[in-house]
Amino acid sequence: MSSQAVPLWEVFIRSRNGLSHKHVGSLHAADTTLALQAARDLYTRRGEGLSIWVVPSNAITASDPADKGMMFEPTASKIYRHPTFYEVPEEVGHM
Amino acid sequence: MYTQALNSNPDAAERHVEDAALAARFQERIDAEERIEPNDWMPAMYRRTLVRQISQHAHSEIIGMLPEGNWITRAPSLRRKAALLAKVQDECGHGLYLYAAAETLGTGREELVDQLLSGKAKYSSIFNYPTLTWADIGAIGWLVDGAAIMNQIPLCRCSYGPYARAMIRVCKEESFHQRQGYEIMLTLAKGTPEQKELAQDALNRWWWPCLMMFGPPDAVSEHSDASTRWKIKRFSNDELRQKFVDATVPQAHYLGLTLPDADLKQDAETGHWSYGAIDWDEFKQVIAGNGPCNKDRMAARRKAHDEGAWVRDAALAYAEKQRLKKAA
Ligand SMILES: [Fe+2]
Ligand SMILES: [Fe+2]
Repeated sequence: MSSQAVPLWEVFIRSRNGLSHKHVGSLHAADTTLALQAARDLYTRRGEGLSIWVVPSNAITASDPADKGMMFEPTASKIYRHPTFYEVPEEVGHM
Repeated sequence: MYTQALNSNPDAAERHVEDAALAARFQERIDAEERIEPNDWMPAMYRRTLVRQISQHAHSEIIGMLPEGNWITRAPSLRRKAALLAKVQDECGHGLYLYAAAETLGTGREELVDQLLSGKAKYSSIFNYPTLTWADIGAIGWLVDGAAIMNQIPLCRCSYGPYARAMIRVCKEESFHQRQGYEIMLTLAKGTPEQKELAQDALNRWWWPCLMMFGPPDAVSEHSDASTRWKIKRFSNDELRQKFVDATVPQAHYLGLTLPDADLKQDAETGHWSYGAIDWDEFKQVIAGNGPCNKDRMAARRKAHDEGAWVRDAALAYAEKQRLKKAA
């Protein structure tokens, strides 16, 4: 009898050429072939995609939300990374 | 709704003592309409409530395939058959999106499915009623999916990110379900007297169970408090039921059908339709497992699960064999 858990996969879909693949959800499948077929059935029933990536969920390393401050806060103070930080005289025109 | 059994047994006794500062911070985030994501800190009760709600919702989608699946081979035309097949396939998809959302909270799908098969987990009362004629397929699409849409639209703004995102996908697909159902009803209602009679009979049988889908009246529904504070639930059972009645009554009139409620009347001032007393004893019986089809539904689900076991086993064995081959 099946007592073994069927592996979990994350599904990414490119909705049209020129766009990047975007995470759409997850599914269970025994291997890559079945994962791709299940992703097609589950996430592209209405022409939502041109290309599918499936990635084993346990292959993803995620940042810890508890480290959010350490990871992302420092950029908040670096306003000089944005174009609006710099003064360009109006006479110069659009830059 | 699809999670109506939640209303009947709150875990009020199990209040975890948790870090008050974390809990306060969590509520602040909720109040600020921030979405909670899987790895964020959350109160244990929030997690438990969501696992139960989302998995019951998933079970309802899966069991919900059975009453309609009953008519796939007997659909009156190829057009109707293709549409019904696509609808039932969508419902399976809804179940799978929802199981995936529940799993992000730390309970595996196998465990959730076991809870359904063992009878520990509930699913919506509505799927324990039989589909006796083809008109029932029209009534289900129009009324059952219509009621589901009322419930699911506010869930698209639920505080838990994965549930809200699953609901957005689901809602995009539901509109076709309701429209195909209404089209079936319209065709029958404009057909021969016998066809119209079928439509009326289906409406008579499905109307009250559909009103029950929204769960017990607000006065006795204890579970709502925390769910409302956590922005899992945005409207009360009675509010959603009223919206459904107001939206549906004119649609029934357009069909030239009568709603099976002698007390139904429109308030001249507010425009709302007030409806008669709902038989909550019937609701309790169906939730308790004594509805017309509870035993059939569970038996069918268990049979499908057991008979599919060799396929799951074979797929896993093949994957393992391929893995070993690669490693060698
Ligand atoms: Fe659905
Ligand atoms: Fe549906």
